[in-house]
Amino acid sequence: MRYKTNRCSIRVLAFAALAGLVLVAGCSKPPTLVGEGGRLQILHKGNKSDPQELDPHIVQGVPEHHILQALIENLVTEDPTDLHPVPGQAERWDISPDGTTYTFHLRAGIRWSNGDPVTAHDFVRSYRRALTPSLGCEYAYMYFVMKGAEDYYKGKTQDFSSVGAQALDERTLRITLNGPVPYFLSLLNHYSWWPVHLPTIARYGDPYQRNNRWTRPGNFVGNGPFVLARWVVGHVIVVKKNPLYWNAASVKLNEIHFHPIESNDTEERSFRSGQLHVTEEVPQSKISVYRRDSPQLLRIDPYLGAYFYRINTTRPQFRDKRVRQALAMAIDRKTIVENVTRGGQLPAYYFTPPDTVGYTSRSAIRYDPEGARQLLAQAGYPGGKGFAPFDILYNTSESHKSVAEAIQQMWKRELGIDARLLNQEWKVYLDTEKRKDYDVSRAGWIGDYADPSTFLETFLADSGNNRTGWTNAEYDRLLKEASRLGDQHTRYELFQKAEAIFLDEMPVIPIYHYTRVYLLRPEVRGWNATILDHHPYPYVWLAPRPEASLATASAAAQRP
Amino acid sequence: MLQLIARRILETIPVLFLVATITFFMMKAVPGGPLDTEKNIPQEIKVQIEAFYGLDQPLWKQYASYMGNLLRGDLGPSFKHANRSVNELIAAALPVSLELGGIALCVALLVGIPLGIAAAVRQNTWIDYLASTTAMAGICLPTFVMGPLLVLVFALHFEQFNASGWDFARDRVLPALTLGLVYAGYIARLTRGGMLEVLNQDFIRTARAKGASETRVVFRHALRGGLLPVVSFLGPGIAGILTGSFVIETIFNIPGLGRHFVTSVFNRDATLTIGTALFYAALVVALNLAADIAQAMLNPKQRAN
Repeated sequence: MRYKTNRCSIRVLAFAALAGLVLVAGCSKPPTLVGEGGRLQILHKGNKSDPQELDPHIVQGVPEHHILQALIENLVTEDPTDLHPVPGQAERWDISPDGTTYTFHLRAGIRWSNGDPVTAHDFVRSYRRALTPSLGCEYAYMYFVMKGAEDYYKGKTQDFSSVGAQALDERTLRITLNGPVPYFLSLLNHYSWWPVHLPTIARYGDPYQRNNRWTRPGNFVGNGPFVLARWVVGHVIVVKKNPLYWNAASVKLNEIHFHPIESNDTEERSFRSGQLHVTEEVPQSKISVYRRDSPQLLRIDPYLGAYFYRINTTRPQFRDKRVRQALAMAIDRKTIVENVTRGGQLPAYYFTPPDTVGYTSRSAIRYDPEGARQLLAQAGYPGGKGFAPFDILYNTSESHKSVAEAIQQMWKRELGIDARLLNQEWKVYLDTEKRKDYDVSRAGWIGDYADPSTFLETFLADSGNNRTGWTNAEYDRLLKEASRLGDQHTRYELFQKAEAIFLDEMPVIPIYHYTRVYLLRPEVRGWNATILDHHPYPYVWLAPRPEASLATASAAAQRP
Repeated sequence: MLQLIARRILETIPVLFLVATITFFMMKAVPGGPLDTEKNIPQEIKVQIEAFYGLDQPLWKQYASYMGNLLRGDLGPSFKHANRSVNELIAAALPVSLELGGIALCVALLVGIPLGIAAAVRQNTWIDYLASTTAMAGICLPTFVMGPLLVLVFALHFEQFNASGWDFARDRVLPALTLGLVYAGYIARLTRGGMLEVLNQDFIRTARAKGASETRVVFRHALRGGLLPVVSFLGPGIAGILTGSFVIETIFNIPGLGRHFVTSVFNRDATLTIGTALFYAALVVALNLAADIAQAMLNPKQRAN
């Protein structure tokens, strides 16, 4: 009896297994988002995390920028190849000979997505909103180059007409600056300067307060190449082509879907299964696999950012600059980028990334372990003797840990000093760093706009981002002087002097300059390598899909 | 029975009050706040934002204000999702978590119970060993291994499913399987244990002696008693399926509640953390109560008590 049952069970099991296999192997492959996207000109982009908001005067992050770039256009926009400012909502502009007054002439017939005309008054109203303290615009200081903006923001005057933003007529906007700012047009490409449609915001609440519902789909009014169609938190943000955009005829994409995928492993698998055209990152462990098997899918673009270690110069043993110099000189950056990070990063021998709009620091750190040992000995720690063990603080991440381990080992080997690794969760790490309760702390800095000042001004004495306890009056003076100059050559010479002081004093140890490492399908066109990772969408389109590339991607990534 | 339900509901109030209070103060005690970012926010701007969210008030006032709003059913605004309230976020994510949890539960029951019955009925045969091994594998394989494994085979190799997302009906399959198979393992083991206990009792022997067929003995007489351990497990089990889906939601990028629960802590989004914690606490209490009621209905001895 039991024997019979068992035989029967075996048959049932075998049949079920066979049926399952046939079902799985025999089914036609379902259509992929990428396949459908190619047909309908819908770009699917991994966007890392959910946007905090879609209000350009409130947001702070990179994922927000990716989306806002589709929804709003400023007076100028960016050239798709090198991001130099090109006409946007303004068709042209005049700059006064002293470089302090910009007069923008808006295009005729430009409209908001609700049909209202875009006027010079809209820009003035937007600036007023961003500078109203109750809104809490985190980037309000970006406006402080404009005449009277800081006084208005700080409540020294209530009269906005004292601020250097004037609508001369419906189509003419004049912006007066405190002094010449050679990078002003690039600064306009930072979202804090972008216009909003104030009547729309007023319809959904107080325009000068947070927590306004105007950025919801259906409410959102913008003037960019796309309009907001759908926003499901944690799932997708869909933007659709804006037929009222002045240059709609040249926009080839019909939709862009931004997928907030926090885990880079999940994102990579989604890319492989045909759900994304472009990812935000690649898991570190997969870089070499793609590099070997599918280099056509792997993109490594230069990125305007520096990875560095802050040194707490208020701690007794780090007060001596020779100690700081020794620590910097004992690090073999080439080994780190080639064997640890492996994402094409550039070893950083200075702080400002090389060729930042034509500026490359002439001063540089040397990799010189012997020189480092001598400096440490001169500082009173020959062979590392007497140098108390200290912590390298980093936020939880495998990559930060690997870099810290490599540096810990280099310092031990070259200088004979002991560093411990101290890992903290992101917010705890930020808190520890801000309270200067650390010895050495890993950090990163991404430029807000393309100019060396966005890096060097980080370490001004009064900068909230300094966090090293280091100040230098001459350094501050040089940068303040540079900020008042219009001549690029003279400014850069002052930056050279300032960076020379910075590298001699060494309050931070530059490790490498970032690259953007991500995956991109070959059918995506018009997607250029740019140092700010901006990709103006009107120039992006999808070519017919080469089917082979999908199979290659899948096969490549399945290999260990 | 009604008395029991009323008493249990009344007991819930201090539980939820304690959960809200403890979570509130824990979120205030952890280092770092919602406004801490890598790029420093200038102090004067920080003051404005803190004033907007009432973070400039003394702690007891913040607490009083939060509890006052809570009594009105308002869980407050989220810090991370700047123009959304916690109520809205939970309302949007809950159906997704329920759907995922519901399908996973069906998977767990449909796989777990037959596996457990087969193992018990054919105790100490290869069927039992196979079923028990399968159940143990389901329990032991963590979801962060099982999930990517299923994706590797069914999404990337056979290309039958998407590797992530929540767009199409077929997107439910792999996450529900990943989540459901873990619980199927527990359910199979509990069913097997429960069934073995019942199958050895006198009334089963009597049923067999009276000539009842094996199918009738198993499904009519034994199953009801054999499933009791599963029913008591289902209360916390369902809560676990709904609350424990963070890993699954991350692996498959599903817009459910589990992700809010965990990421809100990383973001120091206190209102969202308290809101989700409260919601889950209420869920656990309600499901435990439901399990008790179901057990009482299935078990005459307990009903009499």
